[in-house]
Amino acid sequence: MRKAEIAAACGLMALAAFFMSYAVALPIGWQPGRGPGGGAFPFWLSVGMLITGAVILVQQAMPAAAARHKGRVYIDRQAVAQLVVVSASLLAAVALTPWLGVYITLPLFVLFHLRVVGRQRWTVIAPMVIGTPIVVFFFFEVTLKILMPKGVTEPLFLPLYAAFF
Amino acid sequence: MDIISLLADGFALSFQPLNILVLVLGVTAGLFIGAMPGLGSVNGVAILLPLTFIVPPSSAIIFLCALYYGAMYGGAVSSILLGIPGASTAVATTFDGRPMAQKGEAGLALIAAAVASFVGGTISVILFTLFAQPLAEAALAFGPAEEFALVLLAFTTFVGLGGDDVAKTVMMILLGLALSTVGLDQISGQPRLIFFDMPGFYSGISFLIIAIGVYGVGEVLATIEETRGNPKVTTARIGFRDLADGVRKLASTWRVMGFGSVLGFFVGMLPAAGATPASLMAYGLARQSSKTPEQFGKGAVEGVVAPETANNAASTGSLLPMLTLGIPGSPTTALLLGGMVMWGLMPGPMLFIEQPQFVWGLISSLYTANVVAVLVNLALIPLFVWALRMPFPILSGVVLVLCIVGGFAPDQRWHDVWLIAGFGIVAFLLRKADYPMAPLVLALVLGPLMEKSLRQALISAQGDVTTFVTRPISATLMAISAALFLAPFVRMMLRDRRAARPAE
Repeated sequence: MRKAEIAAACGLMALAAFFMSYAVALPIGWQPGRGPGGGAFPFWLSVGMLITGAVILVQQAMPAAAARHKGRVYIDRQAVAQLVVVSASLLAAVALTPWLGVYITLPLFVLFHLRVVGRQRWTVIAPMVIGTPIVVFFFFEVTLKILMPKGVTEPLFLPLYAAFF
Repeated sequence: MDIISLLADGFALSFQPLNILVLVLGVTAGLFIGAMPGLGSVNGVAILLPLTFIVPPSSAIIFLCALYYGAMYGGAVSSILLGIPGASTAVATTFDGRPMAQKGEAGLALIAAAVASFVGGTISVILFTLFAQPLAEAALAFGPAEEFALVLLAFTTFVGLGGDDVAKTVMMILLGLALSTVGLDQISGQPRLIFFDMPGFYSGISFLIIAIGVYGVGEVLATIEETRGNPKVTTARIGFRDLADGVRKLASTWRVMGFGSVLGFFVGMLPAAGATPASLMAYGLARQSSKTPEQFGKGAVEGVVAPETANNAASTGSLLPMLTLGIPGSPTTALLLGGMVMWGLMPGPMLFIEQPQFVWGLISSLYTANVVAVLVNLALIPLFVWALRMPFPILSGVVLVLCIVGGFAPDQRWHDVWLIAGFGIVAFLLRKADYPMAPLVLALVLGPLMEKSLRQALISAQGDVTTFVTRPISATLMAISAALFLAPFVRMMLRDRRAARPAE
């Protein structure tokens, strides 16, 4: 828990420094006649984050923090594997979609999620895998006229476009 | 009598067939989302908001408010049948709801929760109707300095009353505000914080992206981590006789319902407090004032009634500052606010003047939503029992798919979907390290308003920062903010002194 606390605080402080490096591109001080510059708000907020991060680090060094952390684990060990698998599969689906299109990645994601993570029966999986792209297509593309990314599958949809638009 | 005629006009809008339809759909969806352990109103609103583009803005807001209401009713269902709160707002309902179910009184407990929710919801909507117009009129006098002070007050309530670690709360507020500045500077129009020169950042980071990340992806990860083993569902069957019986038993709890509603409404208005503390406070008060306090925790009907009236009343209460001042009273209403801004309906006092039909249509639909919610709730109890047996992977699969497509739909940028996935995972990691998420979301929604009002106030005062303390309303708000900010430190000092005394 203690390590996680320190890592979180350091991460946020690094983020603050990163924001500051971008914020200084615009004036951060007082502009005569125009008030505070465009970079002022993000810059001074990030300074605040940096200071707050330092306060959190100091708190961690105090004896009271150790007492508070006693017996607490950051993330349950048994769950870590499952969390990594779910997160990685989500990221993979997001990464592959611009190339393969949602109508390939979403059913694959659902299939993976239900079978590998959820260990569901095929009678549950099949309708979900088939239903997801159909619902997405009719709700977003046909009704809302929002075109989903299709990647290489785009040509396959030409006849469908002709039928529904 | 002005209010009555405005309200009558409002009912004309809310009784349009489309609005009735979205109301019923919203309430039903909300009931299920609320009943599912791990998902509450805020998750439902975040995940389903992108889908509401299908209807006109006013109907979309009615749908989301109905969903918000439904989720408040639904939260009680899994508290009673599973012993796990369906949403954090229903924690207090488990204290007596679960024991009642174990005694075989699950049906009575569910009826009590539904009726209490209805009473709390209705009393609070009446209070809402009475307070909305005067508050909006008072807020018309607000200038940028007052707006800034009000936003600051909203944030300091998290520090003073939030109960989370002060430094972490401040950190999340600052992070939310900093993220809200990404994109084009509102006043000079210059681009800023365009990370890695990616074009996606020019249009900023929408509150919706963070909300879907935090409450969709983050919530799924958190639930995966927390749930081990399958909880046991208690079945409940309800006939008409049980209903009549239940309502008769509840008649004796009118006093608990009354103060639960009023307490909930006012606690709900505070940004940091909201439905969860309101329901806990109402439970505590009900026990203290009870003639049989020893029955509490063992299945006392008042123990279900008190928190359920209070959490519904609080959900209405938190809508009041959102609609009249543009300052949301809870994370869910922060999302509603963001949604309304997206649709071009800027909440705040001007909304009452420019869009009275919409405002009163919304208020009147809250009355209708309560009636619909209690009926749907009681009618669908068997369905809830069945749905609660649904394995979590199915639910989480659906939620994650909705996060992906729902995150893409509003602006059609795959960049946003990347941000959702990234924020979701980071938010989960931060949450596990006890960083509160509500101030982050609120800060992101209020960030643009805060920066604009600060800069405008400073420009018009020619850089004189005393403008915030020389204007009376602004000064009062600032003083309350300062007091709230210092409250945790004062508490700490008092505690230290008390701890030191026995040692002397």
